[in-house]
Amino acid sequence: MMKGLLVLTVLFVAIFGKETFEGDKVLRITAKNEVQLTLLKDLAEMEHLQLDVWMEPIDLSTPVDIRVPFTSLQTVKAFLETEDIPYSVMIMDLQVMLDEEKEQRLSAARATEPRTTDDYNYTNYHNGDEIYSFQDMLVAENPKLVSKIVIGQSYEGRPLNVLKFSTGGTNRRGIWINTGIHSREWITQASGTWFAKKIVTDYGHDATLTAILDNMDIFLEIVTNPDGYNYSHKTNRMWRKTRKPNPGSSCVGTDPNRNWDAGFGTAGSSGNPCDQTYRGPKAHSESEVKSIVDFVKSHGNLKAFIDIHSYSQRLMYPYGYTATPCNDQRELHDLARKAITGLASLYGTSFRYGSVMTTIYRASGISIDWSYNQGIKYSYTFELRDTGRYGFILPANQIIPTAKEAWLALMAIMEHTKDNTN
Amino acid sequence: MGWTLLILLVVLTVVHGNPTVMVRTGSGPTVGFDQHPNSVPLGEDIQTTTEVVEEVMTTGVLNPSHYPARRAATVVQHYLNTRYGSPYRWIFLSTVHSGSAEVGVEVEDQHTLGSVSGQCSAELFFPGGEGQSAPQVQASCEGLHQSNTTAQEEAFYQQHRASNNLVSGNNIPDSYGHMEPSMKPFWQLGGVASSFIMLRESNESTLYNMAQVANFTQLETEKDQLRFNYHVLLHEMISQEIIHWKLLVTWSPEQGVQVLQTELQPKCHHCEAPPNTTN
Repeated sequence: MMKGLLVLTVLFVAIFGKETFEGDKVLRITAKNEVQLTLLKDLAEMEHLQLDVWMEPIDLSTPVDIRVPFTSLQTVKAFLETEDIPYSVMIMDLQVMLDEEKEQRLSAARATEPRTTDDYNYTNYHNGDEIYSFQDMLVAENPKLVSKIVIGQSYEGRPLNVLKFSTGGTNRRGIWINTGIHSREWITQASGTWFAKKIVTDYGHDATLTAILDNMDIFLEIVTNPDGYNYSHKTNRMWRKTRKPNPGSSCVGTDPNRNWDAGFGTAGSSGNPCDQTYRGPKAHSESEVKSIVDFVKSHGNLKAFIDIHSYSQRLMYPYGYTATPCNDQRELHDLARKAITGLASLYGTSFRYGSVMTTIYRASGISIDWSYNQGIKYSYTFELRDTGRYGFILPANQIIPTAKEAWLALMAIMEHTKDNTN
Repeated sequence: MGWTLLILLVVLTVVHGNPTVMVRTGSGPTVGFDQHPNSVPLGEDIQTTTEVVEEVMTTGVLNPSHYPARRAATVVQHYLNTRYGSPYRWIFLSTVHSGSAEVGVEVEDQHTLGSVSGQCSAELFFPGGEGQSAPQVQASCEGLHQSNTTAQEEAFYQQHRASNNLVSGNNIPDSYGHMEPSMKPFWQLGGVASSFIMLRESNESTLYNMAQVANFTQLETEKDQLRFNYHVLLHEMISQEIIHWKLLVTWSPEQGVQVLQTELQPKCHHCEAPPNTTN
């Protein structure tokens, strides 16, 4: 590495208008006596050979390093051999070495991306590894407030990470928020990241958020479908489902938001593994879903469950699998109205609201229907920006405005939850 | 079986200021599709005391917060694009404001980067029965022509009509929602061209948007029309499917956008190309 660095440094100094060093070699020549040393000095001065001396011929104890252009190689080697001057090839092909150095530098630069959550770039989309690094940094920076819980593993073995925001207590009432259950909805994972930072920033400074966290815990799963997310970065931007293969089919993946045990298997989901709304072989067949189910049940004291999607700008409450209104429809409807009014106050973004069934479509096996039926009253699902112009590929410059306005709605829901449960 | 009729009188108003729209159901047979909240059979024990469902049943007004209004309005949007769209005019609905019947039409004006508004009234008819038929839309608009895109369109047309520098592009926008400014009119043209397909394919159970222009290639200008091959990805909201179409598109300021050929691409489970493939 050090030698490489030296080479690079020298090279930067030595380059004059040459485009490429393909085939050039660097020879290390060790003169045996003064005569040979003089010959080497003469050789170096022959302009037509275009030799590039890296380490000058000084004395006998110091080797001479010379970059020999490809076109002069035969001549130089013949000369050295005729004169019986020992040499070795230090660099076989300079261009190859330069390319490798460059690649190392670039990957080093990539690997040393943000050191703190303050220099993390919230205005762009990040891949799963970067978000996971962010999570670890956030915990490290806020050890008293934030911890990471691994609730399970994805099909491909990725950890399912949940950030717990807590100021103490034992099994306090909790609020659950997840983003990215559908991997192509990139604005949601990006917003989730922003929410995490917002929470640690505002605790102790914003009265409402502080009161919430002094009484309740917040659980945030940012990358709810990490396999799908990875796939949407590397292969297919429009991938929605998990990445678990389906036996007997060439089609991969289950829709993780049709896989919950609420109206599972009824109209509003598909039984065809090739479909985007494939419900899976049975309820909770997907580890990404089962892990949340297990967590929620064992926690036993969650009071709100918020599942965030994009796009179409809606805030919805149960049910999706039936037209029968849920028991708390009136309250949930009024709270939704309040939440989206707060949301709209920031940039005028307009959200519709209502039950899943009436507002968007019949959908069965969805997360919030399950959570509501578990007794978690404040079960909501968001569809963030936009309404179709960009759809899933929302420009990165809309990440922060989208997250900020959504946060206002989340705060309304969380505050109401704090004030109306015990 | 008869026809499933959904007759809407949709008055589309503007985004500026205070939209004032009414959405009414017309007379005719009751809406037949079973997901509709209106169609709760009489025998069912509903106990609905909520304003949401009551409102629809007693007044017969189509609640704009509910999906039928949204789907219908989107079809009208597609129709308007086939009529008025161009590389510099891609028409979108504004969102529906909750609580009151407001649907707006937002027209993007390239230069001012703002929205110009127009007022449209439209009638929409979804034929049912055998043989998938395109919805029938009648709409008339005022004010859409306020947005004067003529100069930009003319400049764009002149710039690209000579065949010595044919343009092409792919992944517009890219995965991060980014596109080169020079690609934007081609993106919008793709959106307008997609509207022809989306209009044709729409029914009460669909809601289409264009998800991305996978690629486009300019062909030689013919009969004074700019010509392009487009490969577009459409997103259908109810099934959540991404549907690939190839289109042969022409455009000129006088003739507007025409779609000469369309070809549905097979749903291929194995052939997922990396994000930056050029076809």
